[in-house]
Amino acid sequence: MNGKKGFSIDWALLTGLLALSVTSLFVVYSAGDQNPDLLMRQSIRIVLAFTVMFLVARITPDQFLRWTPYLYGIGLIMLLVVLGAGVIGKGAQRWIDLGFMRFQPAEMMKLAVPMMVAWVMVRKPLPASLPTVILGFVVLVIPVILVIKQPDLGTAILIAASGLVVIFFAGMSWWIIAVLAALVAAAAPLGWFLIHDYQRQRILTLFDPWSDPLGAGYHTIQSAIAVGSGGLYGKGWLNGSQSQLDFIPERSTDFIFAVFSEEFGFMGSMILLLVYLFVVSRSLYIAIEAKDSYTRLLCGSLAVTFAIYVFVNIGMVTGILPIVGVPLPLISYGGTSMVSLLAGFGILMSAYSNRWFIR
Amino acid sequence: MPGLEIKDVFSETRVFTARSIVTGVLLLVLIGILLARLFYLQVIEYDRYSTLSKNNRISVVPRAPVRGIIFDRNGIPLARNIPSYTLEVVPDQVKDMDNLLDELGKLVKLTEYDLKLFYRDVKRNAQFNTIILRSRLTDVEAARFAVNRYRFKGVDLRARLERNYPKKESAAHVVGYVGRISSRDLERVDKEKYRGINFLGKTGIESYYEDLLRGEIGFDQVETNAHGRVVRTISSTPSVPGKNIYLTLDSELQRVAEQALGDFRGAVVAIKPSTGEILAFASTPSYDPNAFINGISTADYAVLRDSPDKPLLNRALRGRYPPGSTIKPFMGLLGLKSGISPVKKTYCPGYYRLTKGGRKFRDWKRGGHGSVNLHDAIVQSCDVYFYDLADRLGIDYMHEYLALFGFGTKTGIDLNGESSGLLPSREWKRATRNQPWYRGETVIAGIGQGYVLVTPLQLASATSALANNGIRMKPYLLLSEEDALLARKKRNEPVKLNSKIWRDKDLAVVKQAMIDVTDTPQGTARRIGINSPYKIAAKTGTAQVIGIKENEHYKESEVALRNRDHALFIAYAPAEKPEIAVAVIAENGGHGGSTAGPIARKVIDFYLLGKKPKQKRDPS
Repeated sequence: MNGKKGFSIDWALLTGLLALSVTSLFVVYSAGDQNPDLLMRQSIRIVLAFTVMFLVARITPDQFLRWTPYLYGIGLIMLLVVLGAGVIGKGAQRWIDLGFMRFQPAEMMKLAVPMMVAWVMVRKPLPASLPTVILGFVVLVIPVILVIKQPDLGTAILIAASGLVVIFFAGMSWWIIAVLAALVAAAAPLGWFLIHDYQRQRILTLFDPWSDPLGAGYHTIQSAIAVGSGGLYGKGWLNGSQSQLDFIPERSTDFIFAVFSEEFGFMGSMILLLVYLFVVSRSLYIAIEAKDSYTRLLCGSLAVTFAIYVFVNIGMVTGILPIVGVPLPLISYGGTSMVSLLAGFGILMSAYSNRWFIR
Repeated sequence: MPGLEIKDVFSETRVFTARSIVTGVLLLVLIGILLARLFYLQVIEYDRYSTLSKNNRISVVPRAPVRGIIFDRNGIPLARNIPSYTLEVVPDQVKDMDNLLDELGKLVKLTEYDLKLFYRDVKRNAQFNTIILRSRLTDVEAARFAVNRYRFKGVDLRARLERNYPKKESAAHVVGYVGRISSRDLERVDKEKYRGINFLGKTGIESYYEDLLRGEIGFDQVETNAHGRVVRTISSTPSVPGKNIYLTLDSELQRVAEQALGDFRGAVVAIKPSTGEILAFASTPSYDPNAFINGISTADYAVLRDSPDKPLLNRALRGRYPPGSTIKPFMGLLGLKSGISPVKKTYCPGYYRLTKGGRKFRDWKRGGHGSVNLHDAIVQSCDVYFYDLADRLGIDYMHEYLALFGFGTKTGIDLNGESSGLLPSREWKRATRNQPWYRGETVIAGIGQGYVLVTPLQLASATSALANNGIRMKPYLLLSEEDALLARKKRNEPVKLNSKIWRDKDLAVVKQAMIDVTDTPQGTARRIGINSPYKIAAKTGTAQVIGIKENEHYKESEVALRNRDHALFIAYAPAEKPEIAVAVIAENGGHGGSTAGPIARKVIDFYLLGKKPKQKRDPS
């Protein structure tokens, strides 16, 4: 590679991300009882996250490739530390206290796992052979089990998804996919007995929220009312009665889409979804253009994982998926996930700067 | 071979591009699903949801349950709920806030701090939310406002229940306190169970039995107007009050123990040997838990936290002290168990050497005790006998059998944060210090010095086990829980921790020696036994705080107060049929017999004489 390693920004992707962040400020302001403190904190977080993105963007894909095993190893060790600390102190622990902030190793694994799986995939020419795929699964399963033990099922599923996507992109043959799909389908009834009572309740609630309108079904019903009553054009910013009168729980975090949708209606929601679609497809495009398979797999995974976040969150708010604690990416208030999300986009920016026809 | 490389790149790109296309199609399908769902909710079903939203005046308001009361074993409240008047404001209904506050300030006292908190809360909450302006109004203030209420639209006087600890400093370490739920608390509790609840147990029994005391929240279904203000209540699910808790503590005995400790830093633990019930659990100095309920000021907290006397530390539960000579009765029992005869004598010249010309291990008595058997060694607290005994038994044997008295492990008492003390072993030393175990360390462990550390609770529990013929009962504080609604009590059953281990004749030797500690002229605690209508079995102990060199002698007058020896005392009585076992530790108290002994005597006297006769009064 004697190509020029410059640093350029993908303005298209940046525009999409900025559009989402600005939207976030408006919705957080409305959802948070117009509290200026909340708005301030969200702004600081956004600035911090974008700074991280630009810093990550300056790292070249070759360096990512070199660091991958170390990053993954450190992540694993920290997961073990957190797990150990959780056992010693009582109850669940997910973070390491760095003094000025709390660091969640699971957040780091959201990036380190797809990186590591991609690293494993590109050691042999693609499409990935069966042994490579198996090795990829091993690398993926270990951190996922550790995160499940924390216990943080939601994050574990997202980490698992990010790794699976890499293996999928690596060309895992269709018959393996078919076998796996069949296995999952067969294991699903078994899973019903393995999950916790409250998780089972959430799934049942999905089918009939009105069976317990003030208990388990409350979230689902109230957010459906908020979304539905928004109509075609919405009730207007700061005018959503469901949101403003405190009917929607967790309305500035996990259920923020209900607030958005009530106040901006179907048109607003459609535009928001199109912006998300734009960000995801632009990311996929960058992935295709990437200079090597490693970067390509990693970027593809980041793009698809981002899309999964959006789908899971909006699906949950609109009542087609059970309630899991996944925030709406780049819009929800707080969440340590903002930094790791934009760090991921930093990787995409770096891939763009070093795309393969720049030689 | 460049050709191959290019081929690879192309094939790899083809694989990825193909998969990307599949992914792209899948993403479009997912987006389509979401859009279809949104279209269904927002366009097709719009009328229905719009109606629901307009009629959505029914909201659910959580109702906090009443927290359970904590009583002592005689039904004297240690933690209760008292009504407290609060002044609450709905900003939405106030026209001129500054004027209103001025006028209100003339009726009730409003400090700068009150106003600061109030304005902060107003800023943080929606306009139609109720904000607390002042809490803990005096009766006079409440009455004054009530008369003038008509002048203040949007201001309400409400009676809330507030936690209160009538015994203040007494038993504060056991009962603990509640405090406002912090964001850190919210991370570890189930938020659903705390909707509408502002307080939770932070320490002590309040924390350990939080789930019992809290109760279950209820819900009011209320109708609200367009501004979200409650118009009327439609239905309500009542909250379930928390369970009342009766502790095994005797609050009067507790008070006696605390007063007996006086200005000493230290601890007294009293246990009923046959069950393990904790009768007194004193740690001095103490603090007033009432200060913590509404949040203690930073300055006041700093005083408590930084005090060298450590009032916040529960010494009885977490204090780790060398047991000193109080370990000797237990060592004696180990010796008998290992087969050493009770009549075997050891000559005590006032020091002990492992090898000829080796290091001298001193006896506390310079001239020595002469030839002593086990009985005499316990009565006179001869160190040399136990140096020798420890060396014969070895650390492995000591570790295995002292553990049967609960040394080195948590007793399992129903309080959080118990310390396990330290019962050293070869493995422990290798693991923590990466050093082999030395014989000399076994020797000093034989008189309860060196690495051995015990908590006052462990010491009391071990003494109680001895009194109970070696059967150790798990110490516990929860006597019974009471369902406040049904007035039904459920007693907590005692738990036996081991079965019979020690031979009766061995126990008899050690117990007789402990009686003679207080009952014979040679006994180290002979003054404790004077004028006692019952027999006390006891052992004194003095634990070194600073190391004394081989050739130095400890003189109390020459040592700084904080470096003086800790005074220890263990006892149970009546010796024939034990009803109470006590461990006393007075930090820097000097000698166990003269300082800690009288404290124990006061506690036992009160328990056996001060109250018992009244309860079991003879009908004749």
